[in-house]
Amino acid sequence: MTFRGTSLSLALAVVLASSTSSFAVTEISWWHAMSGANNEVVNTLSKEFNESQSDYKVVPVFKGTYPETLNAGIAAFRAKQAPDIIQVFDAGTGVMMAAEGAIKPVADILSMGGAKFDKSLYLPGIVAYYSKPDGTMLSFPYNSSSPILYYNKDIFKKAGIDDSNPPKTWPEVWEAAKKIKTSGAAKCGYTSAWLTWIHTENFAAWNNLPWGSNENGIGGTDVELEINAPIYVKHFQELADLAKDGTFRYGGRTSEAKQLFLSGECGIYNDSSGGLGDVIKSGMNYGTGQLPYEPEAKDAPQNTIPGGASLWVFAGKSDDQYKGVAAFFNFLSKTEIQARLHQVSGYLPVTLAAYEETKKSGFYDKNPGRETPIQQMMGKAPTENSKGVRLVNLPQVRDIQNEEFENMLSGKQTAQQALDNAVKRGNAAIKQAIGQ
Amino acid sequence: MVTAPSVILRAGLFTNGTFMASSTRVTFPNKLLPYVLLAPQLAITAIFFYWPASQAIYQSVLREDPFGLSTQFVGLDNFRRVLGDPNYLNSLQVTLIFSVATALIAMALALLLAVMADKVIRGKGIYRTLMIWPYAVAPAIAGMLWLFLFNPSMGTLAYLVRSTGYNWDPLLNGDQAMVLIVSAAAWKQISYNFLFFVAGLQSIPKSLIEAAAIDGAGETKRFWTIVFPLLAPTTFFLLVVNTVYAFFDTFGIIHAVTGGGPGKATETLVYKVYNDGFVNLILGDSAAQSVILMIIVIGLTAIQFRYVERKVHYG
Amino acid sequence: MIQNNPIGRLIAHAILIIGILIVAFPIYYTFIASTQSLQEILRPPLSLLPGGHFWENYSAALFGGVGRIGGVGVDRLLFNTLVMALGIAIGKICISILSAYAIVFFRFPGRMIFFWLIFITLMLPVEVRILPTYKIMVDLGLIDTYTGLILPLMASATATLLFRQFFMTIPGELVEAARVDGAGPWRFFKDILLPLSKTNIAALFVILFIYGWTQYLWPLLMTNRNDMSTIVIGLRKMISFADADTEWHLVMVTCILAILPPVLVVVLMQRWFVRGLVETEK
Repeated sequence: MTFRGTSLSLALAVVLASSTSSFAVTEISWWHAMSGANNEVVNTLSKEFNESQSDYKVVPVFKGTYPETLNAGIAAFRAKQAPDIIQVFDAGTGVMMAAEGAIKPVADILSMGGAKFDKSLYLPGIVAYYSKPDGTMLSFPYNSSSPILYYNKDIFKKAGIDDSNPPKTWPEVWEAAKKIKTSGAAKCGYTSAWLTWIHTENFAAWNNLPWGSNENGIGGTDVELEINAPIYVKHFQELADLAKDGTFRYGGRTSEAKQLFLSGECGIYNDSSGGLGDVIKSGMNYGTGQLPYEPEAKDAPQNTIPGGASLWVFAGKSDDQYKGVAAFFNFLSKTEIQARLHQVSGYLPVTLAAYEETKKSGFYDKNPGRETPIQQMMGKAPTENSKGVRLVNLPQVRDIQNEEFENMLSGKQTAQQALDNAVKRGNAAIKQAIGQ
Repeated sequence: MVTAPSVILRAGLFTNGTFMASSTRVTFPNKLLPYVLLAPQLAITAIFFYWPASQAIYQSVLREDPFGLSTQFVGLDNFRRVLGDPNYLNSLQVTLIFSVATALIAMALALLLAVMADKVIRGKGIYRTLMIWPYAVAPAIAGMLWLFLFNPSMGTLAYLVRSTGYNWDPLLNGDQAMVLIVSAAAWKQISYNFLFFVAGLQSIPKSLIEAAAIDGAGETKRFWTIVFPLLAPTTFFLLVVNTVYAFFDTFGIIHAVTGGGPGKATETLVYKVYNDGFVNLILGDSAAQSVILMIIVIGLTAIQFRYVERKVHYG
Repeated sequence: MIQNNPIGRLIAHAILIIGILIVAFPIYYTFIASTQSLQEILRPPLSLLPGGHFWENYSAALFGGVGRIGGVGVDRLLFNTLVMALGIAIGKICISILSAYAIVFFRFPGRMIFFWLIFITLMLPVEVRILPTYKIMVDLGLIDTYTGLILPLMASATATLLFRQFFMTIPGELVEAARVDGAGPWRFFKDILLPLSKTNIAALFVILFIYGWTQYLWPLLMTNRNDMSTIVIGLRKMISFADADTEWHLVMVTCILAILPPVLVVVLMQRWFVRGLVETEK
């Protein structure tokens, strides 16, 4: 019975599959990893685009978390069934760039759509992150955020710290954190999400320090990490010392520390600007500030580097499909769309016009904190230290760093040892990944 | 329908007294029929398991980028690298502790609860239902629940533990992290084991236990001399399934709860396979690791069948 | 009946209640969370008693919130999940009872090899063989089909092993007697083996239904159309840990609702767990 059932449903499946491919409009498939409120934004955008014209239809499909989406895309590509557009997280950028035959640069696609692609319209810090060394934009930045400082105004007041003036440098943060702890205003002074992204990658860019050789990997895949330089060691030793009496509390490798801040256990918190939504909804009396910098670094503050994800286009599609993708990306770049996306989702606008538009509308006066991440990225033109960080195996190198940081915070090793180990193991992993 | 055979069944049970293991089983003589019976399962297994698995194993001797754009045969290089990594030995140790603890706790608690549920008269159904439905929580969701309960930064229970003054911090304390993932993994499996123990207890004829009771055997003695041996086929089934579960099915939990940390304190072999292959996209290494892992577990299972199953008495 | 002393039974009740408290606590916790406001969930620690937002949250989820999942109605997701869960449970039981029957009650060349061939399938999780499996699914045209959702997950070593374990306990005299009576393998299977396996089938059905119901990665990878999606994917879609706000209170409600169908299956299957397969014949 099993056999008959199988072949019957197989036949049915074939009929079903063949009947779906006879549409007059060109379908553009978009695999994404947007969940929660952002998932609705994806659906709304697609719907609006589809209603705005009749040649193309964008079909967004949720494919799980970022790694799950990337795996689904790779599996589909290998089976020659790749979607047209796939959303890939920041740390996966290196993998996509290395896969030259698999992807089509977004710059090429945008010019196929008729409109000329003008890079100067886009936010420089973001474009630099998703471009080749020669400046060709490879993927379309969809959701970008950058790390900022959050603080609890009530706790600041209780500890006797000026709550309208958030700490701007790391020494100021440590001082405030100690005050919070010793005054008993809260159980812990400071916590942070994403130690790797914020305290090494952005620490490097914001203080204009090299993170690795070869322009942090943007100039070439062969990278030697440089995060055990004295200034990093000093920063991490300070964190480790504060962790001893609980002035700094470790919350986890990604954004779990947010809860320590939301629950009022910690007074100061670093996280992506995308985390603002939860902070607002929790109803706490919060303030925001720029990512702190290290005063010993002479060029600080420079600019921060984005996190988030971008949209990649697979190679080997028809011209018709590419035109559709171009039309969709042009639609996404429209000032009113970008401005709204920025205001609704908390992600950064991709275009300068959208930023100006939002500024003019008075949005930032009503929503202080929303402008900070943009200013951090706009202040200065990116240097070779601050364009971004690019490794074929960035997720793996982040894992290694996290492991070493955890062993440091639990008192098993000093900051010097932790960073030396991270560099040694990281370099070996990079060599292995690029096949040397 | 089932009249004559059931009389025979009872007769069979009692002439044997205990369910003696018969070394040569009585079978049907058909030649072709067994193959026909096996065919559906073998066909599905071959198409959807062996073919892709052989590809995955082939991957273990390749160095390949995720998109399959450049492929290079590297022989046993991947294996050499994996086995030469001092961290791999650490993973092996972590896996051993984790698997033994998980399987033992999950089975022992489930057996205790199943025996208790068998004993009570009132509320049997309610107990059973309440005990089984946690199993219905999708693994994709269970990870989130654990975070909400035990994560030191956001968990309610973690908050309660900390407020007693105990420094509960599995994010930095490796032993606590191990306790956390063992309880998460065991918790998820208790319902499963419970259900099969209940089913196993159901098929033990009450008359046997009654007979022993008449002979004056106490409750504990009855359990160990009659119930437990008769439950052995179920227990053996669960032992094998739980071992395999602890080895292969727990990376999702570890991923959600500790991410292998702190340091490498909770990095089990399968978590490494998953993290290297699925998250970090290092296909060759990951494939080599799964081959090694498969060999280990097949060996382990073979030992279970060969040595442990000897102690199992079938009817 | 065995005399069952009341104290022993009391202890049994106590142990069961403690056990249930431990085992079911996360569910209880989910329920608690589903009755709180978003603000309360976002600012831990959460109370251990139900909050006052039960009606608000549940009606929001039922009549507004959940409907938002991917432009496809929740009824469609539930239907897909049900088809998948039933297909997997029934299919698995059918093919594994047959193969276990072959392995235990017949002698034929290659018997143990086949058993091991089936058994090894436990040892390579889907995550590890995604790339090649996806290719096969595409080649067979099984992407976005119910067959694709069900068939590959039907091969189960656990179910085969369970039936093997159970069949081995069936006394040889029974087979002998059946053969003396002139019953062929088919009649033996239908009239004796199947009725005796009732409890095990029920236990397996519950486990497998839940297994199918809670699948996440497989349907996620093997369906590219939103209307082929399942409830767990829908649920997962509502949750964002990092960069977006999540309506946790509605997520918790949906969690509770998604658990209900499997619970119903457990309750319905209770009837099959009747003591004394042998005694009932008296």
